[in-house]
Amino acid sequence: MSRALLKLREVQLAVILLLMVTAIGLRAPVFLSAKSVDSLLTDTAILVVMALAQMLVILTRGVDLSVAANLALCGMVAALIGEHHPALPVGVPIVAAVAVGGLLGALNGALIGLLRLPAIVVTLGSMSVFRGMIFVLSGGAWVSSQHMSPGFIAFPLDRLLGLTHLVWVALLAIALAWWLTGHTRFGRELYAIGNHPVSAAYVGIPVRLRLFAVYTLAGMAAGLCGYLWVARYAVAFTEIASGFELSVIAACVIGGISIAGGVGSVAGAALGALFLGIIGNALPVIQVSPFWQSAITGTVIVVAVVFNAREGRRIGKQILPVDAPRPRPLLAIPAAQAEGS
Amino acid sequence: MSQALPAPVPAALPLLELRGISKRFGGVQALRDVRLTARGGEVLALIGENGAGKSTLVKILTGIHRPDSGTLVLDGTPLACDSALEAMQAGITAVHQETVMFEELSVAENIYMGHHPLTGRLRAVDWRTMEREAARLFERLEVKLSVRAKVRELSIAQRHFIEIARALSQEARVVIMDEPTAALSRREIQELYRIVAQLKVRGTAVIFISHKFDEIFAVADRYTVLRDGEFVAEGRIDETSEPELITRMVGRTISQAYPKRLVPLGEVVLEVQDLSHPTEFDGVSFTLRRGEILGFYGLIGAGRSELMQALFGLSPSSRGSVTLAGRRLAVRSPDDAIAAGLAYVPEDRQHQGAHLGMSITHNVSLPQLARFGWWLAGRWRRELELARRFCERLELKAAHFGQTVAELSGGNQQKVVLAKWLATQPQVIIIDEPTKGIDIGSKAAVHQFIGELVAQGLAVIMVSSELPEVLGLADRIIVMHQGRVRREFSRAEASTERVAAAALGSGE
Amino acid sequence: MNPPVRHHIANRAPLAPGALLTRWESLLALVLLLILVVAGGTLRGFLDLDNLADSTFNFSEKALIALPMALLIIVREIDISVSAILALASVAMGYANQHGVPVAGMVAAGVLTGAAAGVLNGLLVTRFAIPSIVVTIGTMSLYRGIAQVVLGDQAYTGYPEALGNWGQGYFFGTLPRPFAVMLLFAALFAALLHATSFGRRVFAIGSNPVAARFSGIPVNRYRFILFVLTGTMAGVAAVLLTGRIGSTRPNIALGWELEAITMVILGGVGIAGGSGTIGGVMLAVLTLGMVTYALGMANVPGILMTIVVGMLLLVTITVPVLLHRRTARRSA
Repeated sequence: MSRALLKLREVQLAVILLLMVTAIGLRAPVFLSAKSVDSLLTDTAILVVMALAQMLVILTRGVDLSVAANLALCGMVAALIGEHHPALPVGVPIVAAVAVGGLLGALNGALIGLLRLPAIVVTLGSMSVFRGMIFVLSGGAWVSSQHMSPGFIAFPLDRLLGLTHLVWVALLAIALAWWLTGHTRFGRELYAIGNHPVSAAYVGIPVRLRLFAVYTLAGMAAGLCGYLWVARYAVAFTEIASGFELSVIAACVIGGISIAGGVGSVAGAALGALFLGIIGNALPVIQVSPFWQSAITGTVIVVAVVFNAREGRRIGKQILPVDAPRPRPLLAIPAAQAEGS
Repeated sequence: MSQALPAPVPAALPLLELRGISKRFGGVQALRDVRLTARGGEVLALIGENGAGKSTLVKILTGIHRPDSGTLVLDGTPLACDSALEAMQAGITAVHQETVMFEELSVAENIYMGHHPLTGRLRAVDWRTMEREAARLFERLEVKLSVRAKVRELSIAQRHFIEIARALSQEARVVIMDEPTAALSRREIQELYRIVAQLKVRGTAVIFISHKFDEIFAVADRYTVLRDGEFVAEGRIDETSEPELITRMVGRTISQAYPKRLVPLGEVVLEVQDLSHPTEFDGVSFTLRRGEILGFYGLIGAGRSELMQALFGLSPSSRGSVTLAGRRLAVRSPDDAIAAGLAYVPEDRQHQGAHLGMSITHNVSLPQLARFGWWLAGRWRRELELARRFCERLELKAAHFGQTVAELSGGNQQKVVLAKWLATQPQVIIIDEPTKGIDIGSKAAVHQFIGELVAQGLAVIMVSSELPEVLGLADRIIVMHQGRVRREFSRAEASTERVAAAALGSGE
Repeated sequence: MNPPVRHHIANRAPLAPGALLTRWESLLALVLLLILVVAGGTLRGFLDLDNLADSTFNFSEKALIALPMALLIIVREIDISVSAILALASVAMGYANQHGVPVAGMVAAGVLTGAAAGVLNGLLVTRFAIPSIVVTIGTMSLYRGIAQVVLGDQAYTGYPEALGNWGQGYFFGTLPRPFAVMLLFAALFAALLHATSFGRRVFAIGSNPVAARFSGIPVNRYRFILFVLTGTMAGVAAVLLTGRIGSTRPNIALGWELEAITMVILGGVGIAGGSGTIGGVMLAVLTLGMVTYALGMANVPGILMTIVVGMLLLVTITVPVLLHRRTARRSA
């Protein structure tokens, strides 16, 4: 029955999404057209991939604020490779981006996982270092579509069986994350670490190595998305994806992934990303100025987090015997809180 | 309470042998040349007072500490574990009082975390096998538990069973149980005994740590007694008696360990009526006089600390009244309580009572900064005097008042916490587990000190889980069970059997 | 009981000059000195008093945010939304200006907006027990978002001269006003943190929030106050910054939260809470300020400053851990 409860959170979210889409569709039916849906999915794909990677990090009670800067730096690396070596197959800049991203992520992983430094501070620092490095690499110059070969740009938006490659990458990422978190020891151990790091070490989980791996993975995902971003938008410059890390974390928070670690699902992260994608795509359609996007995202984060907090809080210890036989948890227990601190 | 356990399975060799184990922490010799022998299929009771060295020994067995000297031989092979993991892999596991688990994960996963069964070429987590095996473990233990339930929904007893199941799943050769029945109901204790019986049949060596002699005599086959960090005696349980064990444990007769001064009782200083909380306790009423020591006894989890914390304003109560020195109190926060004349010395003095990174002076003056005014810089001399007055009274040993509390020994840290509360000059002082974590040598001193407090007109509420301590010191004993007051005993009426029975919830 | 031979406890530690020298603040002061010497020796005009005075404009407003941030970090909280609060406060000022509100009203609008934003942060953290990192990530988006909505693609300009006088002006022709304001607030915060009971309780909360509560400190009230204080100071900084640059754009003060946090951590405030000094934070402010000034004189582009700041933050938190491990290994 606890599974039913878990699904409840993600189900709630899915229902909200459905309602949103319906509401917007009523206001502007064009939103529900195949083209519009295709555009929505394509636009949200990168956010989905990044949110899944961030979910892994947050599961371990961490956070990675440097993902957007990582993405931008790797995107620039890919773009520069594409610019200076247009003859190389597109696989080369892709692999380079992933590799660089992984390296950058490993730097975070070393400081946070191996040296056990606080994730917020480390990734705040690495975020600005990565951002600055873009300038160093590019000299401040933009790499625009005229510098990019058709082969370089084509991949993200090419289609396979009707869906863009971007959507396929997102689907692949979902499948991979689902496998990792639900069917591998590695993934399950991440939950254990987030639940109780000391006990996790006690039962033999190599916590430091796991943390190192998780940040490296997040970096690799950022690297891949870096290429996808610059190829899709056909431009690379220092400030791309500025502030994107907030959207990524917002997607996770909305999806029910607890910042305290140990709780969260792939469905939640994906739905959270979709939620933000719908808002972003819907605004122009219902003729709301794009300037509202940040404010709406912020409001949604705050509301989602408050919602998370109220759900998670339990009553004080249950010491008095409950008169009826223990009811199926937790729906029956009221949310009355014993005000702690 | 007595259920005949199968006779110990005879084993050729002792399964676990410790010889010459010594361990020193800083200035304290926790263990000196200790020996212990545990046999497969037998239950060994490890007996000793608080501070005798039992928990240090357990930590050495489970690989958390390395002994300074001595040998550990498991099944004929010498063993030196560098980590808890190694000890676990060698087959030594422990079931602690405070079980710590992965709250949001299922029972089955808690058992198998770290060694999930895998299946298929892709080495995926084999959920089906895991749940099936977990269910099977619980069947064998004859415990009803849904393996899919999240641990956060379970009681302490159920968590104990999970730890035992975990030990079984790892083919543990030695299972150490540290005060496992502290929070269990009678029915759950019976289940535990049954599980212990099964462990014996499997040839596991069980080391059973407990303060309760009735349990020791019901469950154990042999015993080892530690005192002040040294090995004192070992032998077969059926060849000894409780008084003999107590004498060995304590090294002196009980009455000496708990000096009781008879102090004339003054007027009623605290009156509690029908104090209740939605989930933690209900309908608690009692009175307290000046000069009185009121003991609160009960199992762990009976709600005593929760009651005291509500009294002190740390948590809200849903109804009831509290009257202190004739004045009706509205305690909404600890600030109110302190101002009214209440003090609460928490159980975990290190984590709930002391600011390790701050100086002795700053720790002592903290609850009453208001009396120095808001500009502290000019009052440092008065702060220092306050700290000196109360720390010297407690015979604190420190180099200087600017030292951080972290630099002091555990016992001295406790003194700082106590000094802090005494400095507020309360009328009623609530002490939660006064001698927890205090070495034997200082226990009597603490008891004496409590006696002095009441002689000066204070009233003391003493929450304690040590029956001898409560019986020895308290003028009256209130026993709580599952959040309610079960019985109240005067000093004359109280006896070990009666009080223990009340704590277990047995009918009057 | 007769008083036995008592163990004597001294009042304070015996004086040890060596201990003073190895303190974080002393090392930082040494680093600052080094930078002044090196830069002074290699860059012409670096030590010119007028230039030095002008350099303070760049960091004075940031310091105003770093001061309350230090207190927040000491109580184990954080506020990533400070730059967004600043932006929002500046927008409020511009809006008021557009509607003909006099300078005093404008300043009030800015400061009160900051305070209100701090109130929201504080409520979310204390009422709902939500970790401040997540709350302020959300409010960061929200506040800057509101600023964007109000501004659109415009910018507020046309601020009255009086504002500019404070943002860009001098006392007695030589002392920059923002710098003076900074010094004033630094003194106030130092007094608050190190000499009052309020500050003592702040340290107690950071040292051990549970024990602090058990000792009667209203922990949540203090947290709330600190968030409001942070927001208010962001409002004050907004007043000075808006006066200095004379306009309000949506990207005003972008990235300042990182710099503020760096100033605090570099200043020796432990990330785990419970320790730190305002003196150290001010030394860090000066150090970062001088580094910026020197790099600016050497014509290093601004974006590279972010690398320096980031690296400084990483080095500052890594080095103590590495050293501690070395000494721990040595003594084991």
